[in-house]
Amino acid sequence: MWGLANPDRFMRLTRGWGLALGLVALGLIAVGLWLGFTAPEDYQQGDTVRIMFIHVPAAWVSMAAYVAMGAASFALLVWRHPLADVAAKVCAPIGATFTVLALITGSLWGKPMWGTWWVWDARLTSVVVLLLFYLGVMALRAAIDDEGRAGRAAAVLALIGLVNLPIVKFSVEWWSTLHQPASVFRGDGPALTADYLWPLGLMGLGYTVLFAALWIIAIRTEVRARRITALMLRQARGG
Amino acid sequence: MLDLDMSPYGPFVWGAYGVSLALLGALTWSIVSRARATARRLAAMERPPQAASDPS
Repeated sequence: MWGLANPDRFMRLTRGWGLALGLVALGLIAVGLWLGFTAPEDYQQGDTVRIMFIHVPAAWVSMAAYVAMGAASFALLVWRHPLADVAAKVCAPIGATFTVLALITGSLWGKPMWGTWWVWDARLTSVVVLLLFYLGVMALRAAIDDEGRAGRAAAVLALIGLVNLPIVKFSVEWWSTLHQPASVFRGDGPALTADYLWPLGLMGLGYTVLFAALWIIAIRTEVRARRITALMLRQARGG
Repeated sequence: MLDLDMSPYGPFVWGAYGVSLALLGALTWSIVSRARATARRLAAMERPPQAASDPS
């Protein structure tokens, strides 16, 4: 683990991973979509149930990405490792995109089912707060010129935002919400039949692997970008 | 059997899939294009000076 945290070793070990994981994600999503569109329509929700196969995975990844950013931020603050800083930095825009996706697809599902595009219930509001934490981390990092200080300040904010994750997860149990309760990760097992569970699982796995692919490519790019900056500084100093 | 008739919810279902394709496509494109540009730039900077000036 610590060996992988060395930027040079990370670059060697992850060569080709982005493409390989991207192709795996594409395959999983393709099979998930096929199963999703061959599944019978829901007796209550009709064909809108198919929005679940893209909405729920986006929501899962929005939270998983925040956990990843939080872990990297923790590693940065505790061990001051430069690769942790890079990993946390590039994770924020990817996580924010998946969060926006979860909000938009949820709204498109909510209109025909709830009769409204939006309601300020606990689940939806806590996901907006999640998006605000992502945007806040990105804005804070961009607002501070010194890269080291910016990384540490953004890491502190990212760790504070971790408090919101259990609120997102359990909001549908703690408060009375229009949003339906959890139907997959429940104490008494999934509430979905295999017709829906398989495509949802494959899409969830596909979205997660896609996130991993994009994250690795973005980390590698940022490592290279920092090398370019270091080379330019060396050239400017006449080295 | 493959069922692509989403009526009467077509705009919502296809809208959700369209937005997903557009956003994930844009995210992937931006990350991959930046990766390629950065890799090219670093490779050019790390090339030895004589190789960089070699027209062949």
